[in-house]
Amino acid sequence: MNLFEYVRPSSIAEAVAAAGEPGSAYLGAGTNLLDLMKGGVTRPSRLVDLTHLPDLNGIETLPDGSARIGALVKNSALAHDPDFAKRFPVVAEALLAGASAQLRNAATVGGNLMQRTRCSYFNDPASACNKREPGTGCDALGGENRSHAVLGWSDHCIAVHPSDFCVPLAALGAIVEIAGAGGQREVPLTDFHRLPGDTPDRETVLEAGEMIVAVRLPADAAAFADHQRYLKVRERTSYAFALASAAAALKIENGTIVEARLALGGVATKPWRAKAAEALLAGAAPGKQVFEKAAEAAFAEARPSGDNGYKIELGKRVVARVLAMAAAGTPDRMPALPASPFAPIPEGVVNV
Amino acid sequence: MNLSLTLTINGKRREIVLDDPRVTLLDLLRERLDLTGSKKGCDRGQCGACTILVHGQRINSCLALAISYDGASITTIEGLADGDALHPVQQAFIDHDGFQCGFCTPGQIMSAVGLIAEAQAGEDAERVREAMSGNICRCGAYKGITEAVLDAQAKISAGKERDAA
Ligand SMILES: Cc1cc2nc3c(=O)[nH]c(=O)nc-3n(C[C@H](O)[C@H](O)[C@H](O)COP(=O)(O)OP(=O)(O)OC[C@H]3O[C@@H](n4cnc5c(N)ncnc54)[C@H](O)[C@@H]3O)c2cc1C
Ligand code: SF4
Ligand code: FES
Ligand code: FES
Repeated sequence: MNLFEYVRPSSIAEAVAAAGEPGSAYLGAGTNLLDLMKGGVTRPSRLVDLTHLPDLNGIETLPDGSARIGALVKNSALAHDPDFAKRFPVVAEALLAGASAQLRNAATVGGNLMQRTRCSYFNDPASACNKREPGTGCDALGGENRSHAVLGWSDHCIAVHPSDFCVPLAALGAIVEIAGAGGQREVPLTDFHRLPGDTPDRETVLEAGEMIVAVRLPADAAAFADHQRYLKVRERTSYAFALASAAAALKIENGTIVEARLALGGVATKPWRAKAAEALLAGAAPGKQVFEKAAEAAFAEARPSGDNGYKIELGKRVVARVLAMAAAGTPDRMPALPASPFAPIPEGVVNV
Repeated sequence: MNLSLTLTINGKRREIVLDDPRVTLLDLLRERLDLTGSKKGCDRGQCGACTILVHGQRINSCLALAISYDGASITTIEGLADGDALHPVQQAFIDHDGFQCGFCTPGQIMSAVGLIAEAQAGEDAERVREAMSGNICRCGAYKGITEAVLDAQAKISAGKERDAA
């Protein structure tokens, strides 16, 4: 790990000013940043520690019914907040399907949104990587790329965005509140992460010095609470990143889906909202056939970026199944294995 | 750069001055404070051998920058026993053969103490296994570990009921 200057600001204004210096990085819990620094993948000259800032730790319901989550709220605190988990159960399920209990107790909301890809070439400073070092090439193209993206990739970068939390946030229309030297602004989560294009090093819309202060879930997202699930396929039952995942939320009235929300994880270069599939579901009666059609629509534009064509078929099955799980209803209690394909299947769900 | 911090470790308040900002909580405990019970397995958040409690919550000390935890209250494996009387989780690991080589054990035990305090798993072995998935055991003592956690949890809650009565 390189040597760095440690700065502990006492206000957001101080933090933003300190992080405006080139080479600075914000420190949340450090569960991703320290890992990358130990590997020499990132070498910030200054760490601006956000963890002692006041007022970023709250989970509030605003007068309009939306939920506002401070950037320093721990992943586990959010997942286990009874009111929040009741209104947005798919967010709790996705959080609990990520990492381990220890990591979730430490990891912050802001850090989760900003976590870097797990592409093994990105994580190895000896490899060529346009994301880590612009212009050096991409060793994942033509390398070990079975866990890489089938949606949103470019010839410059095919890395997957690894977050589980961001997937239901994308589905439910979350908004990211940002503070910078010029004041505050906000951006929908689906616009917060950028496609790699020919600048894969620029992963989000944050400008130098800008920080996440909160994430908001709009009030209308709570209307899906009765029918929402997260499903995550990984290489072991727990404590592994997604190969393919999906968050589904349905509003069902008199046996008809009036509105659907769907987003994908583990298959795309950013948290991936599947609007074409959502449109197809609206107005339909829940059922295997329409769920399979929605799955086709969600992956209509998918292309293998290497040895990962299997993800297209796998992703479609995940979508069809998570829609069936959501239609069957949000379980009263969080399943013993959150988001797991190995959990008992709810009654009426056909195993696809 | 001011690199002094105050920690309460196993109930004892300590003023610490670091000579380097890069020190993790794990290295601080092991290399500078002579508390070598917490183990370094991977040093990258992947194994759980370094698990400690911060304000009663289990975290991986290898991915925690010590200076950032200024003001924290920390419990390590050294802080569990009461003199010669083992903590119920420690005793349960012995009773149920919850280890073989023992390297992962301090982390497993600290994680189990955290899990029991979280009170999410109940008596469901599947929930216990899921909640303990952040602790890898290369000897594969998982069956004994799960039994130990369930047994310790039952004994702790029976003890609480007795105290309340
Ligand atoms: C072994 C392991 C397994 C994991 N498995 C999963 C998994 O299955 N699913 C999953 O989703 N995640 C997983 N993770 C990743 C984990 O979720 C992230 O490490 C964590 O969410 C990062 O949060 P943090 O607070 O520790 O961020 P930090 O490590 O402190 O920061 C991460 C990045 O965000 C920046 N940052 C932090 N806060 C802010 C802010 N407020 N504004 C702007 N920038 C900020 C930092 O500068 C840094 O670049 C895993 C991690 C490990 C180590
Ligand atoms: S896929 Fe992206 S992150 Fe991975 S090596 Fe290529 S450029 Fe780097
Ligand atoms: S040593 Fe900390 S998780 Fe492995
Ligand atoms: S007892 Fe040997 S690693 Fe767990």
